[in-house]
Amino acid sequence: MQDLEAIALLQDSARRSLYEYVIAAGHEVSRNEAAAAVGLQRTLAAFHLDRLAGAGLLEVAYRRLSSRSGPGAGRPAKLYRRAAIERAVAVPPREYAQAANVLAAAIERAGAEAVLYDAAREEGIALGRAIARPGDGGAISELARQLTERGYEPYTDGATVRLRNCPFHSVAQQFPVVACGMNLALLDGMLAGAELAEGHEARLQPRPGECCVALISKTNTD
Amino acid sequence: MALAMSAASGVNAHYHLVVFNIGRTVAALDSAQLRDFMDGLDPINALAEQAPGFVWRYVAEGTNNATAARPMDDDIIVNFGVWDSREHLWDFVYRSRHLDFLRRRRDWFQHLDEPFLVLWWVPADHIPSTDEAVAKLEHLRRNGPSAEAFSFREPFDPPSGSPTASSAAALEA
Repeated sequence: MQDLEAIALLQDSARRSLYEYVIAAGHEVSRNEAAAAVGLQRTLAAFHLDRLAGAGLLEVAYRRLSSRSGPGAGRPAKLYRRAAIERAVAVPPREYAQAANVLAAAIERAGAEAVLYDAAREEGIALGRAIARPGDGGAISELARQLTERGYEPYTDGATVRLRNCPFHSVAQQFPVVACGMNLALLDGMLAGAELAEGHEARLQPRPGECCVALISKTNTD
Repeated sequence: MALAMSAASGVNAHYHLVVFNIGRTVAALDSAQLRDFMDGLDPINALAEQAPGFVWRYVAEGTNNATAARPMDDDIIVNFGVWDSREHLWDFVYRSRHLDFLRRRRDWFQHLDEPFLVLWWVPADHIPSTDEAVAKLEHLRRNGPSAEAFSFREPFDPPSGSPTASSAAALEA
């Protein structure tokens, strides 16, 4: 029920805008910043941010934003970031995460990773084809839009596309090699299907708190 | 603050975590199939040594890596090291360039039906022996995960407090 109540909070459009802003920001967000970003009055934004934190959708940290210290430095600012905890509601009840863990265990036990990666790449190619335009292929921005819809939270880092969220997080924690290898093959397939493989390649570049795959530009050497 | 930080990274001043894993290679170490693996060893080992929490890694005498050691079988090579916490070891194994190396393990190593990796805690001043490591893997294979010998997926916390004479003696047994 906690999950349902937490998710129900996002029904309010102001709260949802604040939540979406904080999770996409990639840094801890102050009340002022969040209020300005979504066009809300500061006290109202603070009220909604605290509701989101109270429900466990956001986490709170306190930090001085200026470098001053001692008397006159002021109180530390209250900052918000996405909570690490996962919330899911399925109606009727579904337990896909559990199924994924069992399947991953079986693949590892059988040593069948290569088959999994092939299947994931094929799935990726099919997804990518939907993006490809006849003749000149798709655009990396269109792929990024698709990845946003699939929950990857892409952002650009120079010409590289990085992914802030791992959609397979719980299975990736239990079976990192299986899940991250599958994800790499899936995204590699999407690039190929979208005819974007000439400009970008999917590579494992794990970073703390992010998806392990990055779409690296082949033309820029960064 | 220092206390909170070490709690967050799981670092325990009294105990270190040992990792020992084995692999049965698909071909000889100097074969074409194993070339990428062998070429990757130096950079990956260097990455480990620079990673937060790295304490020690086993190297066979007169070499820069562990591949010359054969404590279990002629075609089984080993990896063997000590880290200051499960979190730091995890970050190196699964959240660094090492992950891509790991992803290719089926190109280089045969599939093993039994556990091939074991973790256990040792007093921070203890450097484990290869015999100890083999015994730990056999313990895990025989008894399943326990505080004596466990896996990443079913971890155990280090013993509480500082090591006593009796726990050090148990380790030698």
